[in-house]
Amino acid sequence: MTAFLTLIIVLFIAIAIWQMVKIFDLAQVGSSKSPVATDKDNTINAYLMMGFLIFIYAITIASFWYLGDLPLMSNSASEHGPGLDNLMIISMVVIFIVQTITQFLLHYFAYKYKGEKGKKALFYADNNTLEAIWTFVPVIVLAGLIIYGLFTWTAIMNVDESDDPLIVELYAQQFNWKARYGGEDNTLGLANVRLIDIDRANILGLDEADPNAQDDVITTELHLPVGRPVLFKMRSQDVLHSAYMPHFRAQMNCVPGMITQFGFTPTVTTEDMRQNPDIQEKVANINAIRLGKKEEIEARGQELMYEFDYLLLCNKICGKSHYNMQMKIIVETQEEYDAWMKEQKLFKDSLTK
Amino acid sequence: MSAHADTHAHDDDHEHHHKETFVTKYIFSQDHKMIAKQYLITGTIMGVIGVLMSMMFRMQIAWPEEPNVLFEALLGKWAPGGVMDADIYLALVTIHGTIMVFFVLTAGLSGTFSNLLIPLQIGARDMASGFLNMVSYWLFFVSSVIMVISLFVEAGPAAAGWTIYPPLSALPMAQGGSGMGMTLWLVSMAIFIASSLLGSLNYVVTVINLRTKGMSMTRLPLTIWAFFVTAIIGIVSFPVLLSAALLLIMDRSFGTSFFLSDIFIQGEVLHYQGGSPVLFEHLFWFLGHPEVYIVILPAMGLVSEIMATNSRKPIFGYRAMIMSILAIAFLSTIVWGHHMFISGMNPFLGSVFTFTTLLIAIPSAVKAFNWITTIWKGNIQMNPAMLFSIGFVSTFITGGLTGIILGDSALDINVHDTYFVIAHFHLVMGISALYGMFAGIYHWFPKMFGRMLNKNLGYLHFWVTAICAYGVFFPMHFIGMAGLPRRYYTNSHFPLFDDLTNANVVITLFAIVGGAFQLVYLWNFFYSIFFGKPTVQNPWRSTTLEWTAPVKHIHGNWEGDIPHVYRWSYDYSKPGHDDDFVPQNIPLKDGEEELQH
Repeated sequence: MTAFLTLIIVLFIAIAIWQMVKIFDLAQVGSSKSPVATDKDNTINAYLMMGFLIFIYAITIASFWYLGDLPLMSNSASEHGPGLDNLMIISMVVIFIVQTITQFLLHYFAYKYKGEKGKKALFYADNNTLEAIWTFVPVIVLAGLIIYGLFTWTAIMNVDESDDPLIVELYAQQFNWKARYGGEDNTLGLANVRLIDIDRANILGLDEADPNAQDDVITTELHLPVGRPVLFKMRSQDVLHSAYMPHFRAQMNCVPGMITQFGFTPTVTTEDMRQNPDIQEKVANINAIRLGKKEEIEARGQELMYEFDYLLLCNKICGKSHYNMQMKIIVETQEEYDAWMKEQKLFKDSLTK
Repeated sequence: MSAHADTHAHDDDHEHHHKETFVTKYIFSQDHKMIAKQYLITGTIMGVIGVLMSMMFRMQIAWPEEPNVLFEALLGKWAPGGVMDADIYLALVTIHGTIMVFFVLTAGLSGTFSNLLIPLQIGARDMASGFLNMVSYWLFFVSSVIMVISLFVEAGPAAAGWTIYPPLSALPMAQGGSGMGMTLWLVSMAIFIASSLLGSLNYVVTVINLRTKGMSMTRLPLTIWAFFVTAIIGIVSFPVLLSAALLLIMDRSFGTSFFLSDIFIQGEVLHYQGGSPVLFEHLFWFLGHPEVYIVILPAMGLVSEIMATNSRKPIFGYRAMIMSILAIAFLSTIVWGHHMFISGMNPFLGSVFTFTTLLIAIPSAVKAFNWITTIWKGNIQMNPAMLFSIGFVSTFITGGLTGIILGDSALDINVHDTYFVIAHFHLVMGISALYGMFAGIYHWFPKMFGRMLNKNLGYLHFWVTAICAYGVFFPMHFIGMAGLPRRYYTNSHFPLFDDLTNANVVITLFAIVGGAFQLVYLWNFFYSIFFGKPTVQNPWRSTTLEWTAPVKHIHGNWEGDIPHVYRWSYDYSKPGHDDDFVPQNIPLKDGEEELQH
């Protein structure tokens, strides 16, 4: 049905264009034969310029109004999140100010100085002071942003191993994620895809002889204790993937042949985040939308009602099912985490003989 | 000044009058004006294909997995029952990106206007080598044909994204499109690069050697400066992409391991060992980033020229404009790593690339303010070319500003590869460069075809396009900040993103209307080639040399002597003259100062 409607719309647009072509052609014969802009054209387009300026402001306001308060842009769930969000907000404010002013100047000048017959423009080719101003003002503003940015970046990327972070491997393959924990010793066993042995259920290629590997735990859900630094070691077995955890302001590519890393400290449990009023509003809104598309969603065999969860998404094109490569992340208290971990099978027990 | 020394001394040796056949005139032409038209028309056809693809995947995003007659008609077996297949979705975004970036905005834009304007604006009879120029076009044509043929291979066209990162692009078992489709993509691109290099070398040599008497480098129109510097960037960076493509071909077909290591796929371990996909990313973006300046600099040049002409004012800060082109060109070669902040490279490199990247904002800001000052107190003639130029500055500012966020490694962590990136680069180099191209076409159409485009259709074309471009790409920033990754076939597996569905529908509607209104332009373009109003010699009352050449195209551009140049190209509304423009070939009056800056 939508397809049919789309086709009809396209058809109507085509007809409308054809009609407009006709009208413009006829109109041109009557009014102005000049193929170059006349004073009348200048005036009309000058007003349209001001109209367009209003349109730019309107679409900015509308976007902020309808899309701007998405909880993903605030409510970060990691320790470095608020710092990064601050930098984002400062950058946005700078951008917003510059955008508003420069677009105004551009369109207002286009309106104000519209061409008129007999008028002569000002011969004004250069002014060193002006140019110095708009070279050095950006320099100063950018210097501020660069310095702030570099401090933020260094703080995020430099993982302090003396904090005793929880070591977790994120393992990517077309098209799913696995997590591997180091077990009691918090040390991951050696691994390489060449050691993968599907028949023995050694799916991540762990070195069976490595003592550190024996108590490793492989899971399909990512559980993290709240408040403890986590250091992720990323691996991929086939193509590039990217481990994107937007709620934690975290992302790193998974590259076949090398181990990449990213560390952060989760600060809000899944349960607490679900109680956050912003998130509750978002979830209510989403569920209202989902109820409206009930049949479609049930036809896909998905659960109708949405409940908030942190997610790990693949964010590097990786093939056909890239759009559905995800893993649930659960942040919980240390006790809950310990209880969950107890239920998991150790690597040495998971092998089939 | 040594620049005065290397003027063109052999004005009159080119008066050959050999007979032209249909083939030498229209097909294997060595005349730069004909080659420019060939580039433009080939680029236009590729553009139609590229835009049509974007219409299709936008429909899929707005109405995911719903049957669509259009898909059924155009995609055939890739849309069983009219439902788009996930593989072809990725192929569509891949080929859309490739075609728009390389075939339309590199060859279509640079190829058309460098060829048309370099000889005409510097006062040369033709390019330094007409033959190389012809070869360059025909290599481009062949690569276009191969790219189009790749759409029809059995397992599907290349679908690894226009950045074709291995291993996805290297392994046919990772993705159907990485088989024959990718082979053809690589062959097509290798030929394209050869074409681009031949063209660039020709442009550089022509600008350096064939300027007419009096045309010093500091009297050149900014268009020529832009084409000249663009060609140099191309010569520096395109070979690196060629090497990346060749190494990838080696990995794919000859068992080497430049980019591959430790891969287990479909139940078996592959032999590759020791390579790194990150190496490919470095090689790719060493071209890939300069490439966006290869696309945008010519547009900047065209816009500078058109803004000055239509404001009836000199371009403001001519020397600053040249300096900023040079600064952008230099910086463009040392910022590629900002595409790779989270690729796994050393975070310290991320800091360095953040620094160099944000520096580019400075020359860009200088340019934007200079354009705005150029129209200040002007006498603005609202021709369609001028509207597109103003539109260019508007989208360049809007899109450029968000570069401050993406270029900042810390902020990039959370918006990398989301729709925020799509919004940013489409506005700053996609739409802007397209506006630059349209501005150029509306402005120089009379020079190319001897006829005028219909002005009113130009207005209609601009205003609808301008509104739709913002309508499509502005909201995308916010979708990206909400965390929606790009290149997702459908978002229906993420209830998290359900509240973005309506925004996606609105974006698609803007895209469909905007895309459809390009038909107005196409109609205007092709109709006017044959039936447009015949033009006068200098319709925009411009100062540059191309308007001193006769309307009718002749081989060698000028009958009789090549005009000599006595002044810079921006003497608009100069006090002491009756007309509001003084062409470059008019000698200075007694006591007149050559006030350049």
